[in-house]
Amino acid sequence: MGLFTGLRHSISRVTDRLFSEQEPKRIGIYGPPNAGKTTLANRIARDWTGDAIGKESHIPHETRRARRKEGVEIERNGKSVTIDIVDTPGVTTKVDYEEFTDEMDKDDAIRRSREATEGVAEAMHWLREDVDGVIYVLDSAEDPITQVNTMLIGIIESRDLPVLIFANKIDLEESSVKRIEDAFPQHETVPLSAKEGDNMDEVYENIAEYFG
Amino acid sequence: MAEATKTGDDGVQIDLISGQRMDELTTMEKIRLILDGVHDGNIVILEEGLTPDEESKLIEVTMGEISPDEFNGIEIETYPRSETRSSSLLGRLMGGEEPTAKLTVIGPANQIETLHKDESLISALVSRN
Repeated sequence: MGLFTGLRHSISRVTDRLFSEQEPKRIGIYGPPNAGKTTLANRIARDWTGDAIGKESHIPHETRRARRKEGVEIERNGKSVTIDIVDTPGVTTKVDYEEFTDEMDKDDAIRRSREATEGVAEAMHWLREDVDGVIYVLDSAEDPITQVNTMLIGIIESRDLPVLIFANKIDLEESSVKRIEDAFPQHETVPLSAKEGDNMDEVYENIAEYFG
Repeated sequence: MAEATKTGDDGVQIDLISGQRMDELTTMEKIRLILDGVHDGNIVILEEGLTPDEESKLIEVTMGEISPDEFNGIEIETYPRSETRSSSLLGRLMGGEEPTAKLTVIGPANQIETLHKDESLISALVSRN
């Protein structure tokens, strides 16, 4: 028993050292367009580093390049994790520039749609190659059972990446966290409003616990 | 092989592609077969669907082919995964690749609209343009 305990402690020390010397885990923030990914990324980055990551907008596809905020150290209840936050463009299977023409002229709308398609491809590449875990953000006021959500969760699961589902926009009247819990019962769902800063304590507890 | 196509000047062509035929193709050949059909305005139905990795690459390649006023991308529908899927990791460890046998419907985004979807029914509206 003594030998076993000693061996266990030795292994524990080795793994502790390995993990402490590891580079920060890259946590990709994924989800459909307009779920509030950049608002969440900015909220986390501001709370723990003082800086924002990117511009937020109500127009879909405001984020058209993946952006990384390095070395964000999150501490909760004695647990600490240092992560790189990767804010990714919203994933979709279609982009129509006419979606943007109410907000801008045609040339700008076409440019935005081109950049959006490049951004989606980039997000998929990051997911396959470069992230160690995923925060999947959903607008809790919308139906979560969409093809994009089903496919992306399937892709994340097939790569055995740890994933937390964040049910965002709980400040909206139509919000239903249960609808998301029922759609993806195999994953932990955390309710929040990134815009209002609601339930961020639980958000950070989950990040520290799950990715730490 | 269950490939069945029907062409017509004012109709919508549907390509029903068997699992057997897809099994013989590489990932990029599968994606090309799907997107070439969709570019022609066809509705492509896969008897056995794609793997998650193939779905990921299909999204990526589709994005590269979107062109204003010509091609807006794809609409793709499969049945949602059932709740019993939580044992999938064990299944994969025991038996290799996760089964992907789910009927999948893919069409041009401007021609196909999903009306309803649940674990046993996909209802879609297909228009000519």
